Amino acid sequence: MKPSKLSLGSAFWLLLKRDLVLAMRRRSEFINPILFFILVCALFPLAIGSDPNLIRKIAPGVIWVAALLASLLTLDSLFRGDFEDGTLEQYVLSAHPVSILVIAKVIAHWLITGLPLILVAPLLGVLLSLPAGATGILVLTLALGTPVLSLIGSVGVALTVGLRRGGVLLSLLVLPLYVPVLIFATDAVNTAVTGIPVTAQLSIIGAMLFLALALAPLATAASLRVSLS
Amino acid sequence: MSEFLRMGGYAFYVWTSYGLAFVLMTALVVSPLIEKKRLIEGIRRKLRRERREK
Amino acid sequence: MRFYHRLASPRHFYRIAGQWIPWLAGIFFVLLVWGLYESLFVAPTDYQQGESYRIIFIHVPAAWMSMFIYFIMAVAGAINLVWRMKMAEVVLVASAPIGAAFTFLALVTGSLWGKPMWGTWWVWDARLTSELFLLFLYLGIIALYGAIEDKRTAGRAVSILALVGVVNLPIIHFSVEWWNTLHQGSTVSLMGGAKMDPRMLRPLLVMSFAFKFYYGWVLFLRARNEVLERERNTSWVRELVEGKAT
Repeated sequence: MKPSKLSLGSAFWLLLKRDLVLAMRRRSEFINPILFFILVCALFPLAIGSDPNLIRKIAPGVIWVAALLASLLTLDSLFRGDFEDGTLEQYVLSAHPVSILVIAKVIAHWLITGLPLILVAPLLGVLLSLPAGATGILVLTLALGTPVLSLIGSVGVALTVGLRRGGVLLSLLVLPLYVPVLIFATDAVNTAVTGIPVTAQLSIIGAMLFLALALAPLATAASLRVSLS
Repeated sequence: MSEFLRMGGYAFYVWTSYGLAFVLMTALVVSPLIEKKRLIEGIRRKLRRERREK
Repeated sequence: MRFYHRLASPRHFYRIAGQWIPWLAGIFFVLLVWGLYESLFVAPTDYQQGESYRIIFIHVPAAWMSMFIYFIMAVAGAINLVWRMKMAEVVLVASAPIGAAFTFLALVTGSLWGKPMWGTWWVWDARLTSELFLLFLYLGIIALYGAIEDKRTAGRAVSILALVGVVNLPIIHFSVEWWNTLHQGSTVSLMGGAKMDPRMLRPLLVMSFAFKFYYGWVLFLRARNEVLERERNTSWVRELVEGKAT
């Protein structure tokens, strides 16, 4: 076989496209998390009563915790398939830096599982009687925050991918690291309800996104090497 | 002395704290000591078995 | 330099740690007796909190230790990843249960202190909340190490996890502080802003030094076991065990 002369850029795009095509073939992979997300949010009014004021008060927290759990549930599929058919080993052995390939995989994964959550969030805002202005901020925080969740999560998945029962362990590893995103995102939405500007919170989440983008792929790549050794 | 033990009415909270610290810290010392005995016993048994098989 | 070189070999580590253990234990006990005397007899009654504040001499050193040990673990993890030093891995793994125990101790004593001060066992106070999540970070490391069968792989995996945790810890701490200042309900700060009486400060420092030596002592006890277990098939361990038999 001829040694591949694939440039890093085209490897990146090929990987991204491949993952998206694979996901389109298995629609349940991105429909089920949305259903889970909506269902969890719908359970809360049933559990605490239908008082609109109370619901409005807890809405940002409920939606964000549900989004957190939905993104946690989908994390396992990030490397699972590639691990089982041996593709993952090929990535690690390839000439390209693994961390860049990891970014491609995380972006694909986020497009499949994170983006749909953002699209249905306004609907949940209506269901949980969130004011329109706050719903806009909710969508913004999800847009900035869910990629951070995917990036942090990728480290956890990479560490547990070789284990047969990694599911609960994964949540133990990853959920504590989600705390900062949860705090600033819900605080932004809560503050937006009162009409105060939230640029501070949004810039902090943005800073977290850049930090995660810079560091998480390195940790993920190192973890994949360890898991595959 | 009993005045000291009463801790100004906070005896339960103060002594539970100190007691828990004592229990935890003792356990952390005792457990590796027991573990070591078990480890050495295990290695010794394995060595004896190997010698018999030779 | 030669000293570090030797420390990196399991055999010498085992021997040197064995020599240090009695000293560490001895210094710990001296400091402990001094610290307990200072904290229970010398330190005056607090004019606001009465005698209940004496929990501080356990709570605060334990909380400091919980962060100190996590930091040590992250440093050990970095050394292990960069230089593949086996002993750094052993230090990391042996530290985790000690750190988790101190975190737990800080949490429970914080709660025991909070009950008479706040009227409830638990308040979402910034420090207690941070400690709670620190405990989860410790438990995650212990669980991951236990879940991976091959101990060398497990050691490298927890090294990465410890580093990820140490990057996140300040961010978690900062975000919890932010969140706490926004939702200040019934929270009364346990450590009043006023300047501390030196007679209260001294036992605090003595106890925290005592805990440091305790950590060194237990760390070496546990690390020696870890070395024995990992090196059980080497000739030096066999000689050691045989030597003790006769």
